[in-house]
Amino acid sequence: MSNELLTYISEKLKAGIGNGLLKAEMAYDFPVFEIERDSIHLAIKLLKEDPDTDFHFLTTLCGLHYPDNKGKELGLMYQLHNLPKNHRIRLKTFFPVQDPTVPTITDLFPAANWMERQEYDFYGIKFQGHPNLKRILNMDEMNYFPMRKEFPLEDATRTDKDDTMFGR
Amino acid sequence: MNKEIIYTGENKFIDPVTGQEKEFTTLNLGPTHPATHGIFQNILKMDGEVVLDAEPTVGYIHRAFEKIAERRPFYQITVLTDRMNYCSSPINNMGWHMTVEKLLKAEIPKRAEYLRVIIMELSRISDHIICNTVIGVDTGAMTGFLYLFQWRELIYEIFEEICGARLTTNIGRIGGMERDFSEIAWKKIHKFMDEFPDKLREFEKLVTRNRIFMDRTIGCGGISGQNALAYGFTGPNLRAAGIDYDVRVMNPYSSYQDFDFKVPVGTNGDVYDRFMVRGQEMWESLSIIRQAIDKMPKGDFHADLPEFYLPPKEEVYNQMEALIYHFKIVMGENDVPVGEVYHAVEGGNGELGFYLISDGGRTPYRLHFRRPCFIYYQAYPEIIKGGMLSDAVLTMSSMNVIAGELDA
Amino acid sequence: MLTETDKYNVVQAPPGVEGSGFFATSLDKAVGLARKNSLWPLPFATSCCGIEFMATMASTYDLGRFGAERLSFSPRQADLLMVMGTIAKKMGPILRQVYEQMAEPKWVLSMGACASSGGIFDTYSVLQGIDRIIPVDVYIPGCPPRPEQVIDGILRIQDLVGKESLRRRNTPEYKALLAQYGIE
Ligand code: SF4
Repeated sequence: MSNELLTYISEKLKAGIGNGLLKAEMAYDFPVFEIERDSIHLAIKLLKEDPDTDFHFLTTLCGLHYPDNKGKELGLMYQLHNLPKNHRIRLKTFFPVQDPTVPTITDLFPAANWMERQEYDFYGIKFQGHPNLKRILNMDEMNYFPMRKEFPLEDATRTDKDDTMFGR
Repeated sequence: MNKEIIYTGENKFIDPVTGQEKEFTTLNLGPTHPATHGIFQNILKMDGEVVLDAEPTVGYIHRAFEKIAERRPFYQITVLTDRMNYCSSPINNMGWHMTVEKLLKAEIPKRAEYLRVIIMELSRISDHIICNTVIGVDTGAMTGFLYLFQWRELIYEIFEEICGARLTTNIGRIGGMERDFSEIAWKKIHKFMDEFPDKLREFEKLVTRNRIFMDRTIGCGGISGQNALAYGFTGPNLRAAGIDYDVRVMNPYSSYQDFDFKVPVGTNGDVYDRFMVRGQEMWESLSIIRQAIDKMPKGDFHADLPEFYLPPKEEVYNQMEALIYHFKIVMGENDVPVGEVYHAVEGGNGELGFYLISDGGRTPYRLHFRRPCFIYYQAYPEIIKGGMLSDAVLTMSSMNVIAGELDA
Repeated sequence: MLTETDKYNVVQAPPGVEGSGFFATSLDKAVGLARKNSLWPLPFATSCCGIEFMATMASTYDLGRFGAERLSFSPRQADLLMVMGTIAKKMGPILRQVYEQMAEPKWVLSMGACASSGGIFDTYSVLQGIDRIIPVDVYIPGCPPRPEQVIDGILRIQDLVGKESLRRRNTPEYKALLAQYGIE
């Protein structure tokens, strides 16, 4: 079932965005498509508006960070859902950390508004065209993007942790 | 109501009805306002008592779950999921365990799945009790809260018997349950199943057809199905708007396909519909629990997953193999497959999803929680626009926004 | 009416001199007794611990039995600030403002591991214990503490309140304590 969906959607995407589709594969029960950044907005728009595919529900989106993938450090994962047919797919796109811009999809899904703000907050991904792109969970004064792999988890103000006896 | 309002100055706007310039007031609601049941801030623009616009601020209890999850071994993440939607922690726990099991492609015995179903439905009831009685409190019906909480305590007692904690339960392990239900736990479950329906019926008698309650809630804080989908609503709030999406039916997990239950839906998506959908869901949950008790299969309560499931203590002390596995699990040296999975469960508020990327290491490479509250709370300004201030408060409690889940 | 007083636990009068038609005791004791048994808590509930507090207030555990029935949601009228749940750094200034708004005498109860020390959330966004910004009188350990523990915490606060001398809030020690936190 899912393999058919994979081929079906990849054909649709090929017709729509051509070479923008970089990879199509199954990850467990999910068809996953890797799409170029320039085509991601168009791809989502096509999938949403085509009556055959009709992915009208944005389940979630989240940022990814692979510091070792040169030129593709940051990424985004979108998950779309077609409720009546119960089709779910996942789209991914990657871009360099020096230029973390992606077109917003708030014009397609109002639900993406806060999700994108959250990913901006966590990873510093700039969504072009977002109506209100500012930090959502952290304080406005924060000057780094905490979810990037290089930043520590721990609170820096704690003094009661003595590392001499433990290899923390 | 749906017309765009034109602002002409610092605190002036054009009344869309009369076309005249008027002054509006800015009201700061929260973050520690008693009527908000948690930590939400809304800056409202008010024309008299009518809300023109709202700007919510969230993040007041941001605890960085996703970052912590990247630094903790798999079995320690259960502890985090507890604290996400703390009104129904066990559902979060189970959702996480099932995600990892999906990654491991583990087969879970039927009995474990049925036990899980009982726990999940109990916690759904306890979640809905909070939401529905709080709607009652906000409309002035304090009795329901004080009354139903006595039976909510029974659910806590059941959890306590099963896992030792009341609220932050940490129930279950990757691969099944940590132990079977004890005799006492079964007794407590039966006691709850015998007593609760009567009390729930009494509560409903008190409220559902109550004229004051109906006048207060019908047509207040409504949202259309179309809008609800666009804003990513799931769970009872989406169903109240008339769309019958339930993860338990759509993508059955943990043997939900074995049970016979209805998915209640509403029509207007207003406070009353949400209340009724939650109320009906409690009845369905009760029926699922009853079916699960009746059909409870014999067998093991956990899968054979020596790499992940901690062996019993006696074996650890006496057998070589068990000791090695224990050591490996605790030190995080077990082999996790590389891959990425998404698993969703029907949480108290909707589709609770876990997106897990594993690079084969001790900890997840990336773990993203799809938190239903966070996604649907952004529709709040849209819903309350044009309504009264008191309706805004009621809408918030009926949406059951849980701060821990909202802010992660 | 409580007629059979032996069945109930009724607060006893403080020691004093009693005669026909009069009863003399020190003002401290009388005021302490009154304050102690009519605390107005301000619930500053942020997360999971708040739900357990709800259970404490509800019918089974009923905090009202200890004279703390009336929740005061306005800081100006509250005696006892109950901080329950995680306090993020974003929330810190607000908590402090609430504390400053409360009128003297005031007490602070910190419920749960998070409020007391940051708990399991040793992260960039969580305040590692509210005692970094306001003075705390009683800490309740637990994650979340059971309702019995919360009640015990309230009883400890009551001990403090009952024994406090009327002049404590004017002493230089107390002023120095507040100055430590930068509170006027
Ligand atoms: S101490 Fe535990 S239960 Fe209380 S707020 Fe913190 S995490 Fe939640």
